[in-house]
Amino acid sequence: MSELQQLAKGISEVDEEVRQGLEFDFQPLPGDVDVMQVTIKEREEMPVYMTMADNQLLCICYLWDESQVNADKKHEMSDAMLRMNVPMPLSSFAIIPSEERGDQYAIFGAMSLNSSSEDIALELATLSDNAIDAIEVMSEYLI
Amino acid sequence: MGVFSKLFTAIKGGVNEAGEAIIDANGVRIYEQEIRESKENLAKAKQELTSLMAKKMNVDREINSLTKDVAKYEEHGVNALNKGEEALAVEVAEKLAELENELTTQKGAAEQFAAHISRVKNLMKQSERKIAEHERELSMVKTTESVHKATKSISANFGAGATKMVNAKESLERIKKRQQTFEDRMSAANELESESDSGSLDSKLAAAGISETNSAKDDMLARLRQKAGK
Repeated sequence: MSELQQLAKGISEVDEEVRQGLEFDFQPLPGDVDVMQVTIKEREEMPVYMTMADNQLLCICYLWDESQVNADKKHEMSDAMLRMNVPMPLSSFAIIPSEERGDQYAIFGAMSLNSSSEDIALELATLSDNAIDAIEVMSEYLI
Repeated sequence: MGVFSKLFTAIKGGVNEAGEAIIDANGVRIYEQEIRESKENLAKAKQELTSLMAKKMNVDREINSLTKDVAKYEEHGVNALNKGEEALAVEVAEKLAELENELTTQKGAAEQFAAHISRVKNLMKQSERKIAEHERELSMVKTTESVHKATKSISANFGAGATKMVNAKESLERIKKRQQTFEDRMSAANELESESDSGSLDSKLAAAGISETNSAKDDMLARLRQKAGK
């Protein structure tokens, strides 16, 4: 069992209260590095991805790609994101480039590999909530 | 140019494989090897430091005992002179000169050890800082590389046709609608529950012969009888 699968197993056993009532489904993805897709019930459109990067655990939720940004408001949106970064609990905004899909806007949380299952469950729940709220408030910059 | 600024330049330039662009897989290994070697050197320096400190402690003990001996023979010398033992006093003076000589040598050695120790300590601090810096840089490169690879796997998982992300606004709408449906279902279930509560009351009333449906049936029958003229 990979480290991520072990983490997933631990998170599945966490109390519903910590998960904030959310139901997680874990699916490992094939590839060069271990990636765990976390699908959240009723929020299937916005999965969270967990991956190990060096000495940290990254949880990433993709928001939208560059093609969905209103080009005239791109600067305004970046500015708003930077200002929201500190108040937003546990997560930060990011741009992750990819050959296939261009620049992808995302929010992510970086955690220690020693984090407890409870901590990671809280991170996943908060990240998902933040992602939904972020799309809602940033809608004015999107197409 | 440091790794931080190299990475920054690559990222700003829109290089997707920014991590790989800085240090290829082989380069990372060389970098890691350097860190490992620095750590080994640090461990050796630590051993050297331990042995230097042990040697200095030895010399310090020697200095202590020599200083005590000097004081002791000085006292003996004074006593010999006071007793008029001139020849003995000369012998004591010779011994004292010998002791002082040895003391000077040992003090010199102690100073050299102290200087050496502080030099080794400084070098160790420098290597520790360097190792921490290399590790931070390597972590940046590895993280960039790792996220790039993860993104590739994630994109591949979306399927070959899905070159674009699902529209965020539409996703949000769907999630919210589902949330609303869920809430609607919850309140419908609540309503149903309260209805079935009253339903059981109705059945109790029916059992007692005071049911609404029964009376409606009776009314209808009366109406039919009237129409039939019976």
